[in-house]
Amino acid sequence: MPDLLLELFSEEIPARMQAQAADTLRKLVTDALVNRGLLYEGAKAFVTPRRLALAVHGLPGKQADQREEKKGPRVGAPEQALAGFLKSAGLASIDQAKIQSDPKKGDFYIAVVEKKGRPTAEVIAEVIPEVIRTFPWPKSMRWGTGSLRWVRPLHSILCTFGAEGDEPEVVTFEVEGITASNITRGHRFLAPAPFTVKRLDDWMAKLEAAKVVADRDRRKDIILNDAKDLALAAGLELVEDDGLLDEVCGLVEWPVVLMGAFEERFLDIPDEVIRATIRANQKCFVLKDPKTGRLANRFILISNLVATDGGAAIVAGNERVIRARLSDAKFFWDTDRANGLESRMPKFDHITFHEKLGTQAARIARIANLATIIAPQVGADPVLAEEAALIAKADLLTEVVGEFPELQGLMGRYYAQGEGMAAEVAAACEEHYKPQGPGDRTPTAPVSIAVALADKIDTLVGFWAIDEKPTGSKDPYALRRAALGVIRIILENGLRLKLSSLFADLAERLELPEVKGEFRYRTPGAATEEAADLLSFFADRLKVYLRENGARFDLVDAVFALPGQDDLFELVLRMKALARFLESEDGKTLLAGYRRAASILRIEEKKDGKAFKGPTSAALLKEEAEEKLAAAIDDVKEHLAKTIAAEDFEGAMTALSDLRAPVDAFFEAVTVNAEDAALRENRLKLLDEIRTATRAIADFDRIEG
Amino acid sequence: MIDPALPPHMRPDRSFQALLLTLQRFWADQGCVILQPYDMEVGAGTFHPATTLRALGPKPWKAAYVQPSRRPKDGRYGENPNRLQHYYQFQVILKPSPDNLQELYLKSLDAIGVDLKIHDVRFVEDDWESPTLGAWGLGWECWCDGMEVSQFTYFQQVAGFECAPVAGELTYGLERLAMYVQGVENVYDLNFNGREGAEKTSYGDVFLQAEQEYSRHNFEYADTDMLLEQFRMAEGACHKYLAAGDAGEKHLMALPAYDQCIKASHVFNLLDARGVISVTERQSYILRVRELAKACGAAWLKTAGGGA
Repeated sequence: MPDLLLELFSEEIPARMQAQAADTLRKLVTDALVNRGLLYEGAKAFVTPRRLALAVHGLPGKQADQREEKKGPRVGAPEQALAGFLKSAGLASIDQAKIQSDPKKGDFYIAVVEKKGRPTAEVIAEVIPEVIRTFPWPKSMRWGTGSLRWVRPLHSILCTFGAEGDEPEVVTFEVEGITASNITRGHRFLAPAPFTVKRLDDWMAKLEAAKVVADRDRRKDIILNDAKDLALAAGLELVEDDGLLDEVCGLVEWPVVLMGAFEERFLDIPDEVIRATIRANQKCFVLKDPKTGRLANRFILISNLVATDGGAAIVAGNERVIRARLSDAKFFWDTDRANGLESRMPKFDHITFHEKLGTQAARIARIANLATIIAPQVGADPVLAEEAALIAKADLLTEVVGEFPELQGLMGRYYAQGEGMAAEVAAACEEHYKPQGPGDRTPTAPVSIAVALADKIDTLVGFWAIDEKPTGSKDPYALRRAALGVIRIILENGLRLKLSSLFADLAERLELPEVKGEFRYRTPGAATEEAADLLSFFADRLKVYLRENGARFDLVDAVFALPGQDDLFELVLRMKALARFLESEDGKTLLAGYRRAASILRIEEKKDGKAFKGPTSAALLKEEAEEKLAAAIDDVKEHLAKTIAAEDFEGAMTALSDLRAPVDAFFEAVTVNAEDAALRENRLKLLDEIRTATRAIADFDRIEG
Repeated sequence: MIDPALPPHMRPDRSFQALLLTLQRFWADQGCVILQPYDMEVGAGTFHPATTLRALGPKPWKAAYVQPSRRPKDGRYGENPNRLQHYYQFQVILKPSPDNLQELYLKSLDAIGVDLKIHDVRFVEDDWESPTLGAWGLGWECWCDGMEVSQFTYFQQVAGFECAPVAGELTYGLERLAMYVQGVENVYDLNFNGREGAEKTSYGDVFLQAEQEYSRHNFEYADTDMLLEQFRMAEGACHKYLAAGDAGEKHLMALPAYDQCIKASHVFNLLDARGVISVTERQSYILRVRELAKACGAAWLKTAGGGA
């Protein structure tokens, strides 16, 4: 079975796009072949900075022949119908059609259309140009005078097809002036001369000889192993970094791993800053001293060249750049420590957080205030919480964070520690940003929790006040993430917070700045509305969060449907108890009884055009079953009130299950729609009492299944 | 390889000016028009009409030139070994971009003494965008042993118009490149004229005082009232010239109008360095300059140079 080899040779493909491009090429080409009836045994894509390639193994030499019968009009059909049939079937005259007899419909014409399978090479020549012209690069460009789009200028296309042992043929096609051939080139500097190749093994071997490792994973292995070996030889340990490895393997065709050094004096700088400096700017790895656990004054660089001087000039050049970068970093670090965090604070007076929300200074003051309010509710010392909130943003204006925004928080912690601030305050500087994403942990230290909640809630209440809420896919201020952060902090720490009063209180105190000479007065009551709206946003986010964590979405809805839900932790406890209850026999039966009651009520309420609301009149309870039910409802209500107040939701469910038997007995023995109108009304009111009782837990109407 | 016939003071690895002359010579050999710097303050070589405007329209164009570039905010009072508020860019523009542009670039490095057998040159993704010029392109920053020495861009859009044919642009940061080939750590230590001893003139001899004075000016004393007025006037004049030069199918004053766009852009940079522009205003200033650039680009396309 023949194989296809395709190589698209271009100028340097951005490293971050390479892996995806290889996958896409494999998928697009193999799908197109399969769609044309060409099944294959295997396919593998390759990518280097300068080439995107694909080998498809075990293709047939040609498509299978196809035979299709086309049904025509009946014999003796009008001229027009016959002509149409001949045209669609590609026949010259009706004599070429066969006649088929059908016992029911009579005789009709059949045309047998035979389609010869085309040679695979011909199909490939049709498929590849289409794939190239429509390739979905994240960003593509034109060059020279052409109109073809590729990620960077495309220089040549290699495309061969043939069985092992045979001389494979070059698949001939052309894309905007580039004609496919069997010619490629090796490493840009080490083996630039063109050469011809036959098939995959030949291509791999010749490329290897021409200093190109085509397989991305192999390049990664080489880099990782050589880097570890070099580290080991120096008595050090490589600080592994998958993201960086992914990137550097896309910057070289022939990885040559070298080690460089920097002056020991730079080790005064925190490890994270050294690493960020070396990684972000130079795409080099750092090394750890296993004895101290701290970084060593060495780094690993991945070059693309077997240099004639053994790499001395490359190492020296990289060392120079790293020295300059670390000098900057050290200068920043020293300056920041000399200045102190407190010195940054006045600058926040002049920094706008958001045009309509005022300065960062005003925001920090609000966060500090809110943190002191939250502190006692989460077991934190309010004095420490305020202190932490007041200093937690200071590192944003330090030199190091200006250079490496990803170190925000962490630098605050270092500086706060260095200045002898309380350990809780230092920790909060870093942890109040958490959780940053689904994979990030939530803070657990009370002071960090207080500041983290205050920070996020202030953001949310503020943007709600200026009506900048997330819409659809647009969430420029990451408000969904902020809300989810609050939710996770509350749930994972089992916190009890009345969110609505926190929101309303903050919204009430929010002072919006003058914008373009206009003071904006918020109408009285606006704060309350915003707080309510924000709470419903939280409800939505909580639903999403719970569903993602496997909760039944109908139960989330059912529990949320009750008014005044703002204690998230309690809500989740209630939902979980309800879920367990509904799985029990009592739960299932009670739900069935509830539905029967609700359904009768719905019908009768519609009929009478009014709602039936309890309480019932004791005098009208005639039957034993209805008396018992009424009594049971009273008992259950009382129990529910007690257990819910004690947050004993399991107890509440037990109480609810006491309704099951009386409800069943009631439907068994009592006709709701009695002749006597007063009796009927009283019984309908009794059904409503069932509904009301269950509402202490959830809106049972929303439960499905 | 450096031409061995060169006298020592003309070697690009010994003299800043020789580096510049070597690049000019190299690109002259490739058929480029060697222009002199544009006689206005610009933030980058790209602002020169020989790049911005000539990148638009169907006509082929090859040019190379040194452009003094001013970045008021990058001033460091002469105290930083790498940062300058005034520095030189060497700019090459080839339209249409030739197929061997990368090879030509590498040859130019070879010509100034970067031995490609021992130095690791890499093309690392870096897409270019100029919000003020309404321009973007794809390309790389070119690394030599981990140091960025040039920008390499295939222009896709300039002044809001598609570039067809596409121009290839190379920008060499001359000071950085010179520091590399001369092996010095501080820009002010660069040998400017290639002479030694009493005859030697360093980059510091030429520019240190200017860096100190202009840093003071840019950050502390630049007259912001005047600058705000100048911005307004340049913007007004640009519109005025565009309107006056508009002759229907043709435009008769695209270049003078574009000068005012350049002026507005530089004045904006100065205002920005003085810290008198708030974050939100900043965006609106950038948009105002972009509107000028777009209108000038549209006018240029109605001139002979623009292919009309």
